[in-house]
Amino acid sequence: MMGNVTLLDFLSSGTPVEGHRPFPRFRLDIRAWRALVGQLSASDWTVMALWGEAEEIHVALCDDDTGDIAVASHPCPERWFVSLGRARPGAIRLERAVFDLWGLAPMGLEDRRPWLDHGRWPSRRPLSPQPQPPADAPYVYDFLTAEGEGLHQIPVGPVHAGVIEPGHFRFHCQGEAVVRLEQRLGYLHKGITGLLAGKTAEQAARIAGRVSGDATVAYATAFSRAVEAATGCEIPPRAHWLRALMAEMERIANHVFDIGAVCNDAAFAIMLSHMGVLREKMVRANDALFGHRLLMDRVVPGGVSRDLADEGAEALKYLLHGFSKDFERAFKIYDNTPSLSDRTQGTGIAQSSLVHRYGAGGFVGRASGRGHDARRAPGYAPYDMLDLTIPVYSEGDVNARLMVRFDEVRESLGLITQILADMPPGAYQVPLPQVAGEGMAVSESFRGEVLAWVRMAEDGEVMAGHLHDPSWFQWPLLEAAIEGNIVADFPLCNKSFNCSYTGVDL
Amino acid sequence: MIPPISKVLFKHLVRGPHTMRNVPPPDPDGSEELARALGEAVRQRLGRSLAIREVDAGSCNACELEIHAVNNPIYDLERFGIRFVASPRHADVLLVTGPVSTNMAEALRRTYDATPDPKWVVAMGDCGKDGGCFKGSYAVVGGVHEVVPVDLHIPGCPPSPKQILAGLLALLETVS
Ligand code: SF4
Repeated sequence: MMGNVTLLDFLSSGTPVEGHRPFPRFRLDIRAWRALVGQLSASDWTVMALWGEAEEIHVALCDDDTGDIAVASHPCPERWFVSLGRARPGAIRLERAVFDLWGLAPMGLEDRRPWLDHGRWPSRRPLSPQPQPPADAPYVYDFLTAEGEGLHQIPVGPVHAGVIEPGHFRFHCQGEAVVRLEQRLGYLHKGITGLLAGKTAEQAARIAGRVSGDATVAYATAFSRAVEAATGCEIPPRAHWLRALMAEMERIANHVFDIGAVCNDAAFAIMLSHMGVLREKMVRANDALFGHRLLMDRVVPGGVSRDLADEGAEALKYLLHGFSKDFERAFKIYDNTPSLSDRTQGTGIAQSSLVHRYGAGGFVGRASGRGHDARRAPGYAPYDMLDLTIPVYSEGDVNARLMVRFDEVRESLGLITQILADMPPGAYQVPLPQVAGEGMAVSESFRGEVLAWVRMAEDGEVMAGHLHDPSWFQWPLLEAAIEGNIVADFPLCNKSFNCSYTGVDL
Repeated sequence: MIPPISKVLFKHLVRGPHTMRNVPPPDPDGSEELARALGEAVRQRLGRSLAIREVDAGSCNACELEIHAVNNPIYDLERFGIRFVASPRHADVLLVTGPVSTNMAEALRRTYDATPDPKWVVAMGDCGKDGGCFKGSYAVVGGVHEVVPVDLHIPGCPPSPKQILAGLLALLETVS
């Protein structure tokens, strides 16, 4: 059983599910599911996402050696399943969320505190076949404790001091040093998984593009690709290239602003101003070329909703030239300000072992030695035709996470130049065929890998869908990275992670 | 060696700030008039200063991105005397985004209660109006007005920085 068994070999002991594209899906009985849990503690397969349905639990897995991706599903008629959380700590919050939403209980999971459910919904287990009556009163959350002389607690949130998303942070501190940080999220839960069911593919894509608005292109791309896989829709080549163009523009806009915001949290405000201007240039270009500053609803199932005019491409080339000069000037400032490096270097270190264990991607993963990037996934057009280098650092500190961003902006600028040079002409959208099926797809947001799964009905309606944010595997690492740092460095560390609150709250 | 930061500072000393270059006087969208009118009205009501506390009550975070944008040097909201503050206790205006998730409703109400009178509430984005594309979900209340009284809606998904500016101006006229 153990040893070098590949993911697909292992899962073939289950029953293949017809019509799941492009990656296979297998249904595992209780014995095979238990074996999977055992195998997960021995192998280094990555858990990509975990979600539920009325009577079934699904986990998307990746075998890093072979590059294979597959979904394992396990029917739970008794409404429980054996937890993966012990083998894969990244799954713990996901399993707590599954219990809150679908009422499928993770057996063997120690931490059974509610996660998304704060005791404020009109019904409990809202997505299970039989939702339960509401809680009598909002739950009191049992924060983990830390004991010792001179320890004190600092509760922060859900409403924070800046223009940021809500979440609660509970610090245990010894003097200035953080002994333990615990996050409590879920404040932004909007019930997106429930909303997807019964919508048309276009309506659902609109919602998918608003799971985490800063990564709208990545979300809409992942979701649209999943729908296209499910329905067997071949989109025109130009649509792939336009999606990639938008994705890179989104990545640049987010990275430059993050760089500015992190520096601002180290009391170096000039970077925020400089980067704010660069970001504004990029979002204005988005608006001029595609008609929306953040590119919402530009990626749709079947292609993209707007073509790029030739004059637009020329204007973009011109803009990029000046952009990259200003950007390098800002980099020089960053690189030559010792008082700033003093704050960013050695601060908030995310251990490489933890990053691998959680399968964290994006700049969090790449700053700590894990170079995974969904753009490298087989068949991810047009990246298979583009020259792409993934920056990887090993220090794992705030500085490394910033350096990854600096490098990625340069990479993306290069990618845009390649895309503008080689983009094929032709159609940019096709009608979606009305075919039943299941599909799954990934895309690389500026934060890391977004995964979308969907089941389509014959009449073109979405029967069920799920969207997975990369931050699920990054938030817990922030708790670890802040340990031993001073409280005053928390905003700096938090911003360098820039995890999505809304993305994981769903 | 001249440190890189001096070069940038010097450049802006000579060429002027981004604000001037990017919002030239005859702005097609009339943001210059907007700025003048806003300045006038703010002066009348609140002695040239308006303090805003932003509350994310379930947004997708894109509304927040555009709020950050109005604070960048190009739109530079602070030149009108409007600034974002860290506590509701310092605020005249609550700028609320999102469809109000049931998990945030109480926090929003408490933030409102903590804001001293006179106070105004601006609901931002299509979500803030009636729940937007999250309308009908079990987990959203569906619109800021369901939880706290709203003085003004700024439409858009998300509203552009210019719409946000225009909205804050409209608020000043409403309360006059
Ligand atoms: S109005 Fe649109 S952009 Fe604003 S929070 Fe709602 S969905 Fe997001």
